[in-house]
Amino acid sequence: MLVFLLRRLAQSVFVLIAMMIVVFFGVFMIGNPVDILISPDATPLEIEETMARFGFDQPVHVQFLKFVGNALQGDLGRSFVHGESAVSLILSYMPATLELALLGLIFSVAIGVPLGVYAGYKADRWQGRTIMTGSIFGFSLPNFWVGMLLILIFAVELRWLPSTGRGDTVEVLGLRLSIFTADGFQHMILPALTLALYKASLVTRLARAGTQEALMQDYVKFARAKGLSETRILVVHVLKNIMIPIITVLGLELGSMIAFAVVTETVFAWPGMGKLLIDSILTLDRPVIVAYLMLTVIIFIVINLIVDVVYTLLDPRVRVKGDAA
Amino acid sequence: MTVLDVRDLQTHFFTDTGVVKAVDGVSFSLGEGEVLGLVGESGSGKSVTGFSILRLVDPPGRVVGGQINFRGQDLATLSARDMRSLRGNRIAMIFQDPMMTLNPVLRIETQMVEAVRAHDRVSHAAARDRAIQALSKVGIPSPEERLAAYPHQFSGGMRQRVAIAIALLNGPDLIVADEPTTALDVTIQSQILAEVQELARDTGTALIWITHDLAVVAGLADKICVMYAGRIVETGPTDAVLTAPGHPYTEGLLGSIPGHGRRGERLTQIPGMAPNMARLPLGCAFAPRCARASDICRTAAPEITDIGPGRALRCYHPAPMAEGVA
Repeated sequence: MLVFLLRRLAQSVFVLIAMMIVVFFGVFMIGNPVDILISPDATPLEIEETMARFGFDQPVHVQFLKFVGNALQGDLGRSFVHGESAVSLILSYMPATLELALLGLIFSVAIGVPLGVYAGYKADRWQGRTIMTGSIFGFSLPNFWVGMLLILIFAVELRWLPSTGRGDTVEVLGLRLSIFTADGFQHMILPALTLALYKASLVTRLARAGTQEALMQDYVKFARAKGLSETRILVVHVLKNIMIPIITVLGLELGSMIAFAVVTETVFAWPGMGKLLIDSILTLDRPVIVAYLMLTVIIFIVINLIVDVVYTLLDPRVRVKGDAA
Repeated sequence: MTVLDVRDLQTHFFTDTGVVKAVDGVSFSLGEGEVLGLVGESGSGKSVTGFSILRLVDPPGRVVGGQINFRGQDLATLSARDMRSLRGNRIAMIFQDPMMTLNPVLRIETQMVEAVRAHDRVSHAAARDRAIQALSKVGIPSPEERLAAYPHQFSGGMRQRVAIAIALLNGPDLIVADEPTTALDVTIQSQILAEVQELARDTGTALIWITHDLAVVAGLADKICVMYAGRIVETGPTDAVLTAPGHPYTEGLLGSIPGHGRRGERLTQIPGMAPNMARLPLGCAFAPRCARASDICRTAAPEITDIGPGRALRCYHPAPMAEGVA
């Protein structure tokens, strides 16, 4: 297990280096931040001074090496706009996004897995077909539209749930979180549902396909021959076998939920990282963009690592191979 | 006392290409501690017969007719709930491929304890004790430690022993074994055969042993049913059927077993292939492959006729020896 983890970490370092190169040069191409940072009527001397202060007057490769050198010390630069360290700026927005994504994930599993298993069990009946048709809507409705529809129904018409902001927050382990206050949790429900809808449809389809396949296996027939109830067969025998593909996909999806919740955060005015990214792109705040993308890569790497560890918990056969490696 | 009495069982599969009569009018009965060998080629309907008894035929298959009398209850008309309480409890089943029958992601303990607790309101610890007893009964060393293992940590033979132990857990009256030794090494095969025979004798459990191998049932079964194309073509006490087969198909099966003292001799084979079950010939299903077939065989299917004590045959032209013995 330890060897396996170390090997994965080494691979991750290469991914990070590659990503660093792509991100830095990619962002370098998209325009000169000085045009935005400095008022149009500044004197050439002022422009030159500013360029020198931020290091823009140097050739690209020198800038890159400086960036790498700083990055190795954990410094991804200062925000041009906020004057704050880019990393700490992003980190201060992160808890809001993380808790939202996490709740979205929980919703998508809680909705998707039971629906999918049931749809697979009743695959040829109207129940199964109805669920599958519903999942097509989940797939194809655009995120912002779902968000606004939910606001319209639950916030404007029914007045059950709030639609903007984080509500009350409470400090837990140094992080400001909404999820632990009743008011904050209420504020999270609609955006989390919006985030979860697409994933829930995905999980439903995966769970259905897995269930259909598992139900044809001999071990299900044998479980029936033991006289087990259909509920136990589905919840214990089938579910544990179909969780592996679901966990894989959810891991990747969690990453994308954290990194690209931009639209949902904008619709619900949720002050998370996605909103920060949009604002930074608009102001060409280069260090924040670069730091954001780097952090995104790290998030994906960490999640993939967690997914691999969860596999070994789910499938005893993987456990043996991992020990041998 | 009769444990199981199957009368005119019919299990059909409703496929796109037509109705397949996988089991078409099968009858047999089985007493306490008796072993019945159900013999036939792939596709003869022997496994479907076994699954029909437990009402575990997958769609599009369905039991459409006949009676399955088990200790006075007709299983064919029993409610799903009552049927479930019999499965794994009074009637157990062992499957063909031990690599596939145990759930790969659950510990042996889980899979055994749940089988006990599905039928008995006992504590986990009590169920676990029963599982340990069953495992040691089928010859699994240090059963207590092995309970914590997963199926992939066992060899094929050991997995089949575990499956047999699961079948034994609730002391069933009847075990249906669907080619349980086919996937195993020959040495393991004979060990398991001997053990199962002993267990059935000791506990008075009736056993239906489904196989394509006459040699396997020769030493195990009290009586034999030979199936062809969904029907029983010959039945009788094992010794009688093996020494004096009446049906040309049984003769063919016996002739294709390699044996002692037959070195250098050519094995006989049954020409042709098992028939397409969706398009059976008009008369006797075996007629196209039969050396003795005449015009009547090709126009009207023969009925099953008694030819002696416990012996019956479905053939217009039985081997002359069979009548002599009867």
